[in-house]
Amino acid sequence: KLCPVSRGINSHCDPCQAQKEKTSWRPSSSCVFVVRKDQDIYVQTLRKLFNESHGIFIGLQRSEEEFAGKSRKTQLVQVSKNYRSVIRACMEDMHQAAVSARDPALHSQYSTQVSILSAMELIWNLCEILFVEAAVAGPLLLRLLDWVRLHVCDVDNMVREVLSSENPSKHELFWNVVDVFVLQGRMDEARHLLSKEASANPTSVNMCRILDDLMKKMPVPSLGNTQTLTEMELKWQHWHEECQRYLQDGTFASNSHMESICKILLGDENAILEKKELMTTWYHFLVTRLLYSHPTVKPMELRFYAQSSMDLFLGGESSPEPLDTILMAAFEFEMHQVIKECSIALSNWWFVAHLTDLLDHCKLLQSHNLYFGSNMREFLLLEYASGLFSHYSLWQLGVDYFDHCPEYGRVYLELHIERIPLNTEQKALKVLRICEQRQMHEQVRSICKIMAMKALRNNRLGSALSWSIRAKDAAFATLISDRFLKDYCEKGCFSDLDLIDNLGPSMLLSDRLTFLGKYREFHRLYGEKRFSEAAKLLLMLMTAHIAPCSFWMTLLTDALPLLEQKEVIFSAEQTYELMRCLEDLTAGKSDKQKFQDDDVETMKVEMLRLALARNLARVIVKEGTLEGS
Amino acid sequence: MASPAPPGHAHCPASLSLLARRRRAAAANQQRRRQAGGRSRREVVVVAAARAMEDVCAKFVSQKVSKARWRPLPAAALQPPDIFATGSWDNEDNRISIWSVGDLGSVGLNGEYQGEPQLLCDIRHSGDVMDMQFLDQERVVVASSTGNVTIFRHHQNNQTLSTNQRWEKAHYHVDRSASCGGAACTGVICNNPEVVTVGEDGRINLLRADQKDAVRTIDNADSSTLHAVTFLRTTEILTVNSIGQLKIWDLRQQRNEPSQIFSLTGDRVPLHCVDRHPNQQHIVATGGQDGMLSIWDIRQGTMPVSLLNAHEAEMWEVHFHPSNPDHLFTCSEDGSLWHWDTSTSVAEKPSFLHQGGRSTTYFSHNTINQSLVSAWLSNDPTKDRMEITNLIPNQTLSVNSLDILGPCLVYGTDAEAIYVNRHLFA
Repeated sequence: KLCPVSRGINSHCDPCQAQKEKTSWRPSSSCVFVVRKDQDIYVQTLRKLFNESHGIFIGLQRSEEEFAGKSRKTQLVQVSKNYRSVIRACMEDMHQAAVSARDPALHSQYSTQVSILSAMELIWNLCEILFVEAAVAGPLLLRLLDWVRLHVCDVDNMVREVLSSENPSKHELFWNVVDVFVLQGRMDEARHLLSKEASANPTSVNMCRILDDLMKKMPVPSLGNTQTLTEMELKWQHWHEECQRYLQDGTFASNSHMESICKILLGDENAILEKKELMTTWYHFLVTRLLYSHPTVKPMELRFYAQSSMDLFLGGESSPEPLDTILMAAFEFEMHQVIKECSIALSNWWFVAHLTDLLDHCKLLQSHNLYFGSNMREFLLLEYASGLFSHYSLWQLGVDYFDHCPEYGRVYLELHIERIPLNTEQKALKVLRICEQRQMHEQVRSICKIMAMKALRNNRLGSALSWSIRAKDAAFATLISDRFLKDYCEKGCFSDLDLIDNLGPSMLLSDRLTFLGKYREFHRLYGEKRFSEAAKLLLMLMTAHIAPCSFWMTLLTDALPLLEQKEVIFSAEQTYELMRCLEDLTAGKSDKQKFQDDDVETMKVEMLRLALARNLARVIVKEGTLEGS
Repeated sequence: MASPAPPGHAHCPASLSLLARRRRAAAANQQRRRQAGGRSRREVVVVAAARAMEDVCAKFVSQKVSKARWRPLPAAALQPPDIFATGSWDNEDNRISIWSVGDLGSVGLNGEYQGEPQLLCDIRHSGDVMDMQFLDQERVVVASSTGNVTIFRHHQNNQTLSTNQRWEKAHYHVDRSASCGGAACTGVICNNPEVVTVGEDGRINLLRADQKDAVRTIDNADSSTLHAVTFLRTTEILTVNSIGQLKIWDLRQQRNEPSQIFSLTGDRVPLHCVDRHPNQQHIVATGGQDGMLSIWDIRQGTMPVSLLNAHEAEMWEVHFHPSNPDHLFTCSEDGSLWHWDTSTSVAEKPSFLHQGGRSTTYFSHNTINQSLVSAWLSNDPTKDRMEITNLIPNQTLSVNSLDILGPCLVYGTDAEAIYVNRHLFA
């Protein structure tokens, strides 16, 4: 069971205490990890890791089932290697930062990160060998050897020092280096050094030659299918017996160094354990032990050797640390245990989320369901992506992770995306695009509404209207249209003409907006002296009930100048309609309201009535004349 | 000026060269195919560029990159550009950074060392970097989401950046003095010493690099958000806004009205970027919210000459190649960067007639340059085949900005990486 609560508890740990623990760590040996909730999200250098691995993650999801069988495995191994190379690149950057940091606190912080990253890569690499590639007996050992060589680099400095000295064979650490090479199965390098010893020390020439011969003849499992396991085991048996013979002969008796090497070649546990200091870790011991005693170890046998190697190596002196537990779980093929331990030990969700996803793509985790959420892959991806969303800037990465969580991803995204602060329109557009691509209509509406409200508060009516049109938010469009009309009534002219003149089909979003657009069209027609069209439109606005009743008086007042034109514009029928509109408006009002209306209003009505009557008179004459002629 | 056709290219018709590469249909474009007033709308075929990727070097920079700009070259320079500036956005701590892609002494064995960009210096910037333009070799003008416009000076002798001039809240909403009254400045364009800025407040500012106060401000120039600005001539500017309009402003006139308004019909799709053809000033390209590339001929009509279905999301930037305007580059929110090449379609015509003799090839380039009809304006789809290459095969997050100078391309993404391609036409 994954226990997120433990994070919560650990996150309260005293930072000073944590600092002390950090500084006492020995790099690249077993570590204690201090855990704080998603603290790693805020490490600047790690942003590279998040961003670059995001690309790999997306690639992996897209590559789904493109290949089958063996090429699929090759592809997955490649993906795994890509992840590791990103970890490595990040580690190098962090190392650079640590080297160039002058502040000791900062330096130790970076060093800590380096050791965490290195531990992550170590675990990932082992998982790659055991689970993703699922190396079989034979190649398995070669992979494990590569793994040890790549990660045990404490001795590298020593090797460099000896090799660069003038006379390596006289160097006090000479035999240590030879031992390191032998322990890591780097036979060619060991033989190279032996030849130096032989040329420098004539008395041991013979011994060197024999040892060299043994090393040369040592059978190694092949990567291809060139030899069967039985062939290999047979060869191994012969070689082993030959080594045994030389040891019993006392061939190397005069040189304790060479004798111990011969014992190592024979897989003598005590001889190997004597070189504990050169191996530094129990898993190095394990691999060396396997190399010289069980080179054709099968994956399922690993657990026994691993357990005994750890017990022998630690010898009851120290208890296993988290890293040891994790590696042990991997050797035991307890994938879920690995993920669980990593979740507890590491201070980020990045590692477990990506590793679990990869293992899931290898079809290794399918049987496992949690009793909460959907499954482990999704649970971890959700946790990781939620962490990204809590970051000021990394939220964009989180979106794609949610997309690949089939069960709860969408809900999480919906909840998170609404909480992103929208400080510029550009950012709002980016968030909107995310929502629109996923048909999240509710969120689209809410974002547009937020932006429209902001614009409205800033007195940017044009922008506000654009946003509400984009959201298809009729109510808000009505509200803004009313603001426009109110402004018009107060100032006598329209603002934001470039917008209102270009509403196009979006005008139909709300009745009020339609009215605004049409009313503005009336003004344009009037301005262009297209009076009869203007008159027709004006009347239509009232008779078709597009105009709100509160605005009728303004419209009727707008009709005044048309009625007073020299030329007759309204036909008799239109004039009757206008009169009806006026009467509807006045009749609708109660006496009380009439009483309250000021004189201006009453005067307007009187003027209108007069103008209408005069127009009617003129039009009757005109129409009568026209018909008569 | 001759278009840099790849070697051997002139000998085979463009159709063959298209076939030779992996042909990929433009990603299914779900957008409605609108008719632009009876004008042509060309469908585009995009070729994924495998070869182009080899020359690209990338660097993850731990900040989302909103702008990338090459430093202009001195007039007589022969070498390709080697310094560029980037700006970040949506960070708690945004920065302006100057990068070098020069060899910095570490030339490889074959002399073709292609190191990743090296950071020369950077400086804090308050607010998102919304736009950025080099004023000259040393100074860069930066538009901020806080409404500030700042000129930074790059001191090349000691590799530092400093603030040279700042206009606090050049763009603002109702109350300029309020602590949060600034409105994002969305676009800036310079023609030393003049700087023009536009913003979310619909305001246009005309500034001079050496003057503290704005030379001229047009309040309420636009009722919607202005997204980008560019110079049409020295006294005229072009702006695009969020309701699909392209406006020309004559700065000599005191009237606070545009001298001309162009617009997309119907849907009022917001326009995000604008660029003008470097030689033929009447040709203007804009990019919209739906990823559409519009080509306008501002001498005629009020609608675009052609609309090209392009990206699947907002087109953030469009740039004609400054010295080779048959080439155009666009980048988008959908994470793609396209190279539009009209030179091949024109160049092939003579070779069709003459079956591609060597001498005719050179000759044909000369005739193209003399021809008055630009390939961008021609709207006969059978005659012109545009070659379009997607320079980013595995796209993920938005490509926010690109800049092109000589053979060099730089672009920055929301995946916090900058990419440089120094052999674009190789």
